[in-house]
Amino acid sequence: MTPDPNSLYGPLDPAPEAGWSQAPPRMGFFTDTSVCIGCKACEVACKEWNDVPTSGLDLLGMSYDNTGALTANSWRHVAFVEQPRPAGHRTPPFAGNPTDGSVSPASAAVAAGTGNPTGTDPGVPPGDPDAAARMAAGPEFLGMPGSQPPGRTGTADGRSDFRWLMMSDVCKHCTHAACLDVCPTGALFRTEFGTVVVQEDICNGCGYCIPACPYGVIDQRKGDGRAWKCTLCYDRIGAGKTPACAQACPTESIQYGPLEELRERAAARVATLHERGVPEARLYGHDPDDGVGGDGAFFLLLDEPEVYGLPPDPVVTTRDLPKMWKRAGLAALAMAAAAVAAFVGGSS
Amino acid sequence: MAEAHPVGFQWVMEAKRRGAKVFHVDPRFTRTSALADTYLPIRAGTDIALLGGVVRYILENELDFREYVLAYTNAATIVSDQFVDTEDGDGIFSGFKPETGTYDQTSWQYAGQENGGGAEDTEEARETAAGLRHESHGSPIPGVVRRDETLQHPNCVYQILKRHYARYTPEMVERVCGIPQEKFLELARAWTENSGRERTGVLIYSVGWTQHSVGVQYIRTGAIIQSLLGNIGRPGGGVLALRGHASIQGSTDIPTLFNLLPGYLPMPHHATHPTFDAWASSIRHPGQKGYWGHARAYCASLLKAYWGDKATPENDFCYGYMPRLTGDHGTYQQVLNMIDGKVKGYFLLGQNPAVGSAHGRAQRLGMANLDWLVVRDLFMIESATFWKNAPEVATGEIVPEQCRTEVFFLPAASHVEKEGTFTQTQRLLQWREKAVEPPGDCRSELWFFYHLGRKLREKLAGSDKPRDRALLDLAWDYPTEGPLAEPSAEAVLREINGFEVATGRPLGGFTEARDDGSTAMGCWIYSGVYADGVNQAARRKPRHEQNWVAGEWGWAWPANRRTLYNRASADREGRPWSERKKYVWWDEEKGEWTGYDVPDFEKTKPPSYRPAPGTSGPEGIAGDDAFVMQGDGKAWLYAPTGVVDGPMPTHYEPAESPLRNPLYRQQANPTRKVYPHPVNSVNPSPPEEHSQVFPYVFTVSRLTEHHTAGGMSRTVPPLAELQPEMFVEVSPELAAEAGLTHLGWAHLVSGRAVIEAKVLVTDRLTPLRVEDRIIHQVWLPYHFGFEGLVTGDSANDLFGITLDPNVLIQESKVGTCDVRPGRRPTGAALRELVEDYRRRAGITPERHAPVVTPADGEGAR
Repeated sequence: MTPDPNSLYGPLDPAPEAGWSQAPPRMGFFTDTSVCIGCKACEVACKEWNDVPTSGLDLLGMSYDNTGALTANSWRHVAFVEQPRPAGHRTPPFAGNPTDGSVSPASAAVAAGTGNPTGTDPGVPPGDPDAAARMAAGPEFLGMPGSQPPGRTGTADGRSDFRWLMMSDVCKHCTHAACLDVCPTGALFRTEFGTVVVQEDICNGCGYCIPACPYGVIDQRKGDGRAWKCTLCYDRIGAGKTPACAQACPTESIQYGPLEELRERAAARVATLHERGVPEARLYGHDPDDGVGGDGAFFLLLDEPEVYGLPPDPVVTTRDLPKMWKRAGLAALAMAAAAVAAFVGGSS
Repeated sequence: MAEAHPVGFQWVMEAKRRGAKVFHVDPRFTRTSALADTYLPIRAGTDIALLGGVVRYILENELDFREYVLAYTNAATIVSDQFVDTEDGDGIFSGFKPETGTYDQTSWQYAGQENGGGAEDTEEARETAAGLRHESHGSPIPGVVRRDETLQHPNCVYQILKRHYARYTPEMVERVCGIPQEKFLELARAWTENSGRERTGVLIYSVGWTQHSVGVQYIRTGAIIQSLLGNIGRPGGGVLALRGHASIQGSTDIPTLFNLLPGYLPMPHHATHPTFDAWASSIRHPGQKGYWGHARAYCASLLKAYWGDKATPENDFCYGYMPRLTGDHGTYQQVLNMIDGKVKGYFLLGQNPAVGSAHGRAQRLGMANLDWLVVRDLFMIESATFWKNAPEVATGEIVPEQCRTEVFFLPAASHVEKEGTFTQTQRLLQWREKAVEPPGDCRSELWFFYHLGRKLREKLAGSDKPRDRALLDLAWDYPTEGPLAEPSAEAVLREINGFEVATGRPLGGFTEARDDGSTAMGCWIYSGVYADGVNQAARRKPRHEQNWVAGEWGWAWPANRRTLYNRASADREGRPWSERKKYVWWDEEKGEWTGYDVPDFEKTKPPSYRPAPGTSGPEGIAGDDAFVMQGDGKAWLYAPTGVVDGPMPTHYEPAESPLRNPLYRQQANPTRKVYPHPVNSVNPSPPEEHSQVFPYVFTVSRLTEHHTAGGMSRTVPPLAELQPEMFVEVSPELAAEAGLTHLGWAHLVSGRAVIEAKVLVTDRLTPLRVEDRIIHQVWLPYHFGFEGLVTGDSANDLFGITLDPNVLIQESKVGTCDVRPGRRPTGAALRELVEDYRRRAGITPERHAPVVTPADGEGAR
């Protein structure tokens, strides 16, 4: 079999590429945040089914998010973002109430500093207060002409506009999974469903995968040393069952199924939302042409990815490998040529 | 709803997907608000003003569904000319007796019925929470009424209602509730636009409505709106009550309440029900229309289920064995009795009053003054360890070495470790199997009570004392199975369903009950759940194999009917109001009622049927009397009886309010149940002095992550870590005013307690402009206590005890307090702080808030 020209970057069906013959359709998650009610049933179901340990009993003050981030001990994470900005399709919640300015950016900034400072312990990396504040305030005003004057919602006129975003985050199961590519032991592998799974009995805790992940998902468990993350419930889907989080989700915010079908469903949902006056609805991670070849777990968002703590333009670390090899090769050739030239020249 | 009932909320999301518009009214912006189309922040405790505003909007603009209103409600019925409205009585209806704080309902009756026996003794009704009986049926009222179909008679219900709510204008709604007029009108418009032949709207509430001193009247107001808009008995309509636990509906159907027997039969009262005949007749109401005519058969069959062969018509089915009420034996009266040493022992089953009930300190002091206490729970909860770990130990009020209560903790089996049914809010019984055996000594409730009864009977065997007969004569012979001798839950369900005594044949429904001792029936409304010897509650036919009503999934009482009063889904002639809202209709050819659901009407009674004058019982129901359990067959916009605090809902301020009632001189519900006990107190409200000592309004409710008093969630790591600390939510404006910082500490003080919490400053709370004042509200979760993986002070400690007069529910959704930065004091200094506030507020053990607000200058001090 000839290697796919896109085996390091670009659109690809990952399971056959990984050597699975007659692989079933690629399976994945479509998480529609526009119907998420923030119940965290996904977090609990995941922990119950996968026997994931507690991630700490600390109040983070990041709205109702006390999980903080995806870590070795939290494979689903529901983000809550309180924003002083209009939701477009609804009446401003506090119109006519005697309010002053919004506090959401300020309280998000305070909360951002409350994480455990030990990185992967398995708690939450302390955040950047400035970034948190910007997130809670929504996208920044970049000087482009807009219909609203800048700072509209933070003035003495009060804070009539408000919306509360909720989003259940999870491992993206990338088409080009950098974690897998850098794993020296083969503990991380591509399943027949196109998902990416760590084998806990092979992982030696080297930690290479952690900086490789463009989303900051995979994480090392302290006292254990191994890397842990969502398996897309490999044991359940192999038995024809739905992953625990999707099974528990009461509003079908988390949908599980063949990725092709989910992408169609997601496109239709975005169209419906646009029709209903929610122009901010957009997909994230659905595009096979993006920097990771598309995600196996993709999302419908109601704001920029950064607002939810997602990188706007993730790129697999292997993208530049061919170029690097080419350059390295060229350099080697040039050196060889120089050496040859030196000898040849010297004898003349 | 998304916050406390996320699983049920999936159907709201489904409705939204199909284009429904969702409004959410709540003091705080919750997860429900986040998904709603419009959110209306409201001052806690003012919902009647809001809903009354909607009633006025409907009536002033004549937006009611007139054909429905004329056919199925009592809008045209003429009320006695002796009736005086609150508009003319400064907030009090006619018939008020200041000495008892109750009403004589004679003047509330329909014209010509003033002495017709409809009026009830509201004093006894209040003591026994008689309103609870109406869960399965309406109140008694003579069937024949005078009507004016033009709705013009000044004393017809329609006009009375219109006058009663005339002042509930959008401006008044804004003044009372703090809801801007435009927001109110948006709600009123959307609600009324979804009314009529083609459209319906649904109203959903939960304990945010019930736990008020006017809780029943909140729901009455909602019911009036839904009746005016034709939203009862129709698909996509209704008033949906979300219950607080998996089987709360079941726990009132087969009650764990002091005043009810299964199927909402009243617990006999020693004075009112001296004999079986007196008891049965008081339910049956001879001469009344409707299905209560058969009550005697339900009563006899219940006693027959209790005492089996020993219950005969000759001995009144052992009626003499029944315990009798002597007054208020509700949970709050009992707690005060415990403090006073009048109660010796107490059983707590799956309940954690030390955290979950109002006035936690009174709860704990009461439980610390018993001889014995049995706690059956899954975890070691606060109500089992109060004697050593309660806050009162730190303050020296409970001394563990001296606490006289002997606590027996018995581990309970969880819902997956036992079989049985859940009855949910739709009255749907769903059977569940046992998944695993209970570990160790954990046992089911069924096991516990069956074997407790068995052992008691063994100990008493051979006794010749008359007092022991009731126990010894019980039919206590359930089959048991397995090594633990677990009683068969199916056998119990079969008894609940009822059976023919001679043959043991399970009955098909309550119509087969007899009053001659030939049938036994544990709960008449559940009869049919074991019809044909089949556990109907265990049915799980997939929805795509049946019609959309899915009548073969589980079993709903009564008679597997999914929507009550569904005769109203067809017009007077029995035709569907529209193709779109078709549900149950009259099939002329077959001569019977048919449809997607079980018709809530006599199957072959044609729409044209009219009873002969003077006919009572089911035969008295006319072919267009859709509300078959009401004495007059109509939905009540005006309740001449059955509600002890008034025939129409009226806005009263909560028992604790920072504001004067803008509508009436009468400040709070004049019939509310108060307990003038030294341990109990009420913070002063205007026109009393010193209300400014407690300037802020607080309200409490649940978080998705925790369950009620936390016994099943603060103890479980994956749940505990999701909300790991007690906190208080405050608006940025209040944070600035009170000097609070995000994630810092605050303490809250009421006349009962001081508690501390971490501060969450959030845009989700807002101050409200009310009567030209700014009112700040704070919100607290009530889940926290001193046991479990995550602990914190209990929000319910802040509340005093004031109850709704109809059902004796406590007002635990609104109170007043002060909010201060920093942590609370500990030890003796804690009580000193509370005492200091009490002194400044003028609260003394002798001082009681005036129930009836005196006229200005009469000295309301």
